[in-house]
Amino acid sequence: MIPMEHVLILGAALFAIGMYGVLARRNAVLILLSVELMLNAVNLNLIAFNVYLRPNPATGMVFSVFVIVIAAAEAGLALAIILRLFRNRRTANVDEADLLKW
Amino acid sequence: MDGFGVTAAFWGLSALAVGSALGIMLARSLLHAVLWLILAFAGLAGLFVTLSADFVAVAQVLVYAGAVGVLVVFAIMLTPNSQTGNSETRMVGPGLFVASVVSGIMVYIATQTDWSTAARGDFPATALEIGTALTNRYLLPFEVASVLLIAAMVGAIVLVRAARDEPERRELAGEGEGEVNTAEAAGREVVAAGSHGGH
Repeated sequence: MIPMEHVLILGAALFAIGMYGVLARRNAVLILLSVELMLNAVNLNLIAFNVYLRPNPATGMVFSVFVIVIAAAEAGLALAIILRLFRNRRTANVDEADLLKW
Repeated sequence: MDGFGVTAAFWGLSALAVGSALGIMLARSLLHAVLWLILAFAGLAGLFVTLSADFVAVAQVLVYAGAVGVLVVFAIMLTPNSQTGNSETRMVGPGLFVASVVSGIMVYIATQTDWSTAARGDFPATALEIGTALTNRYLLPFEVASVLLIAAMVGAIVLVRAARDEPERRELAGEGEGEVNTAEAAGREVVAAGSHGGH
């Protein structure tokens, strides 16, 4: 049987990789991909807790389904914003989209 | 209850997921990053199966590896000159520091807490459980999620659609983007050649 700690450590590793991507990458699409990776790590943790600790009502799985739904909505909306940004500023880099900074 | 095969599958899929995630971070090309991301999603779906969460695994493959992957590929194809050469910002050092600190804290908590994992039993029909929960106890969040999806879809359409009084394509074509001009010229030549051939 896989110990639950191993699953949690895997989730932590994926979350940390995604967090590094959010903090350090320049392209907005890559930042979005990193956010999706972090959400997937959260899903992994939710399912692990559900399966190992309280298996009877599938609450963790219901939550992960909601996370998937919201991640899909977020991906569509964020890509629309990135496209809009690219049309207006000819760039998809977040450090060049500094219109609100003065 | 898990045999050797499940453990081996867990380790293999973990290596696949972490390696693909590192591939996303190391990729300079956006398209390569998306392909690594789809591979990571597939590996995570396999991990969900080893954790006996079959419904979530199927939803993962459908929504993430399918829909989100195709969506991101479309977005990349529509932003031409940002596809390659994506470097990091100055935040590489702080990013590495914050990520390692956060992951260290999480690993510490995960290993130091006394989880009573004895409750894990068979987990037969997750789809039935999830369906029952969604239609009984979580009915309101379910409906709110559908409204959220509609709002996100309409918002995305409104954002991406060109405004009617916006001379957008002309401006883009004229603004130093040589590919668009040459592509249009090539299209015109093709049309001209076609009409000549017809006569």
